[in-house]
Amino acid sequence: MRVALLVTCLNDTLFPDVGRAAVTVLRRLGVDVEFPPGQACCGQPLINTGYLAEAVPVVRGFAAAFHGYDAVVTPSGSCAGCVRHQHAMVARRAGDAELAEAVAATPPMYELSEFLVDVLGVTDVGAAFPHTVTYHPTCHSLRLLGVGDRPRRLLEAVRGLRLRELPAADECCGFGGTFAVKNPDTSVAMGADKARHVRESGAEVLVAGDSSCLMHIGGLLTRQRAGVRVLHLAEVLAATEGAGARAERVS
Amino acid sequence: MNAREEILGRVRAALRGAGEPGPVPRGYRTVGVANDPVDLFLERVADYRAEVTRCAPAEVPDRIAAALHDARRVVVPAGLAWPAPPGALPDTGLGAAELDRVDAVVTGATVGIATTGTVVLTHGPGEGRRALTLVPDLHVCVLRADQVVGTVPEAMARLAPDRPGTWISGPSATSDIELSRVEGVHGPRRLRVVVAG
Amino acid sequence: MTATFVGMPAFPEAARAALGDSQLRHNLAHATATIRARRREVVAEVDEWEELRLAGAAVKDAALLRLDEHLVRLEAELTARGVTVHWARDAAEACAIVAGVAEAHAITEVVKVKSMATQEIGLDEALAARGVTAWETDLAELIVQLGDDLPSHILVPAIHRNRAEIREIFVRAMGDAGRPAPAGLTDEPARLAEAARLHLREKFLRARMAVSGANFAVAESGTLVVVESEGNGRMCLTLPEILVSVVGIEKVVPTFTDLDVLLQLLPRSSTGERMNPYTSTWSGLTPGDGPREAHVVLLDNGRTRALADELGRQALRCIRCSACLNVCPVYERTGGHAYGSVYPGPIGAILNPLLRGVGTDEQVDSLPYASSLCGACFDACPVRIDIPGVLVELRAQVVDARRGTARHAAEAVTMRAAAATLASGRRLGLAQRGAGLLRRVTRRSVFSWLPWPGSRWTGARDLPAPAREPFRAWWRRTGGGRR
Repeated sequence: MRVALLVTCLNDTLFPDVGRAAVTVLRRLGVDVEFPPGQACCGQPLINTGYLAEAVPVVRGFAAAFHGYDAVVTPSGSCAGCVRHQHAMVARRAGDAELAEAVAATPPMYELSEFLVDVLGVTDVGAAFPHTVTYHPTCHSLRLLGVGDRPRRLLEAVRGLRLRELPAADECCGFGGTFAVKNPDTSVAMGADKARHVRESGAEVLVAGDSSCLMHIGGLLTRQRAGVRVLHLAEVLAATEGAGARAERVS
Repeated sequence: MNAREEILGRVRAALRGAGEPGPVPRGYRTVGVANDPVDLFLERVADYRAEVTRCAPAEVPDRIAAALHDARRVVVPAGLAWPAPPGALPDTGLGAAELDRVDAVVTGATVGIATTGTVVLTHGPGEGRRALTLVPDLHVCVLRADQVVGTVPEAMARLAPDRPGTWISGPSATSDIELSRVEGVHGPRRLRVVVAG
Repeated sequence: MTATFVGMPAFPEAARAALGDSQLRHNLAHATATIRARRREVVAEVDEWEELRLAGAAVKDAALLRLDEHLVRLEAELTARGVTVHWARDAAEACAIVAGVAEAHAITEVVKVKSMATQEIGLDEALAARGVTAWETDLAELIVQLGDDLPSHILVPAIHRNRAEIREIFVRAMGDAGRPAPAGLTDEPARLAEAARLHLREKFLRARMAVSGANFAVAESGTLVVVESEGNGRMCLTLPEILVSVVGIEKVVPTFTDLDVLLQLLPRSSTGERMNPYTSTWSGLTPGDGPREAHVVLLDNGRTRALADELGRQALRCIRCSACLNVCPVYERTGGHAYGSVYPGPIGAILNPLLRGVGTDEQVDSLPYASSLCGACFDACPVRIDIPGVLVELRAQVVDARRGTARHAAEAVTMRAAAATLASGRRLGLAQRGAGLLRRVTRRSVFSWLPWPGSRWTGARDLPAPAREPFRAWWRRTGGGRR
């Protein structure tokens, strides 16, 4: 089985540790994951802002980059959701039959926790992370993909990890892509409530499956000097005894 | 072009190439309630803070009297299927202002719905015209046990559109102030339901 | 006033003002949390809820995809039952019809059942201009009317007011509109409801004409349905001699028994009750019972425009339950006024652009962007309207409508540049090298301040700088970590 990693443009550029962590976890479980270098972005920033025509070359580039793989796995619920639900729409709206064909031929797209639990059938990935953690189920993982309790099951199997409930966990953090800058006041108001709930959880670390939401919540937490780290699910799952998750993103 | 033709024309233009509607999945109609619907009905009516009792048919007049309690001016529809309480006025087409001076009304109903605690009136001779069960402040409603069904679809199957219908689930209420429910606004502020049999 | 309030600023500006009102935010957070909990509870007790949602969507689709046939049937059935049917292309036409009925009977005041359609067309204002006073009789509408306010929620238009504010409005304004508030009125909700009962009763008893909407209109039987709680609807539908019902053409359902889905979905989704206190159904006139003269105004006012939108037409399934408002994190924080329309919240963010069209009004065009696309609305919608999907489609329509215009040219340039960069790994790699330079020059790993437009992010949030070594550079350098 040839498995490709969609690292996502955001992780690639701002949070490469997340990509490296995903590779670490997959290799530990015997998956020789590849990184197709032609990949750039799933197109979501354009699509969700309404630039669907502009997204056509991006979607075409995506389909070409991942052509021929058996599966694509990504540490992002949001990007997985975009590929699964929006690429066909971009092609249809553009009236581009060739692109529609290329999109239909895109290999199955999995968010990391789906791939680990459903494809590999694993919940204990051999990780250790002796910290108090709370988990924010990002909207697109939760509602668009329906990952359900897979991330929780993965976290619960991590040695030493203590999971705390996040109040109002299901509620959006307010990132929302370009919503964060088109409606900054509302976005920040939502994020401030999320950050408050994170602090109330008493956790040292906030974990989620999307770096974009973590960038937003984490940006608020560091501004507030809240002393709570944010880490991607992949980073926690990559951590082992003696080699903890990197502390670079400590606030 | 007149408005009718123009709107219908716009609708047809809008639907050009829109395709056929799919079938409506009706599996929900096969869902029933597990136990005796009357038990559930009593529980659910009470949940709305309506008063509800069940009795043998012979006891109905007593239960009506108890439900009326201290109501002095009582009105009943001309065709009430139960013995009218002593002194009750049969409805002779009282005006709204006159009905406003009536304390209570006693009627039958067409269907009771267990899952939702609802009584449905279709305003025939035993149930009275719509204003009769609206303006007085106390509504005493008597159903036979065999009129109580489990679910909304079962109730709809017993109803026909040719008569006006009023579905009543508890006393009038509002949630318009901070979304906290308050019983008693314009409709009867008290609803008392008697199930016979 | 049609669909959106005149002179409202675009959503981001209106939202900023609302967010600064801490009393408003407190009222909204409290109210929406209450209703969310109630809805969750009563939906959870229905095992076949998802089946009902599918059936509800299918019933409404069946009506919409054959709307012309059902409207013609509805008209015939209503007419056969003594109702005069009118058709109104737009708000002005609908208002003129209602005013004409009042004038024909020399009527100068009407009582009104809460109705979104009549709010949408600005009926109260139009009647006032023709010398007819319209009294709102729903408690929340009364609060809005007496407070000279605007509605902010579909179900509970005065959701932005707390009990103390409501008491103050009643004490101040009831006397000018009729019976004054009782002396010593407290802010206890039961006392406030009692005050409304006393104030409105004299209006119900003397009114000769009522105006309603309808939640549903059954084509095969000419049955109209009004779903309500307080009994004000029953008062209006039963006591006055003349009844005029303004019904959006999308309210049609094919058969009487189709109500068995919708009457289950609506109350649980809207007020979080197993059933609302009162539902009235009537098929034309009934001798000796209720009004002696009835009119139905079938209203288009943009609905056929929405119907023509292949994806957007699903918004016409909406049964105005407002579940999407109550679960929306944006609505909860900004309230309804920020949407500038009688249809606020997620459904308003799609319905207003669909009814009015995009590309002409800045305020309308801002609505599809008033969402983080979190999807909570779709999950809550009893007729499965894919609001996030329609929002994205409408965003695309806004962008397309503005293509080649000066407006938002800067964003378009940015997006085209982004598209060019994000279309290939090679170009993204080049851009990352440029970004890495930025990091070396600024010597920062986190930005706490950026000039506009970056300030729209950094105003309240830190932003990480581009990584020293992007993932793709690391992979190339190390052979994916193997070297």
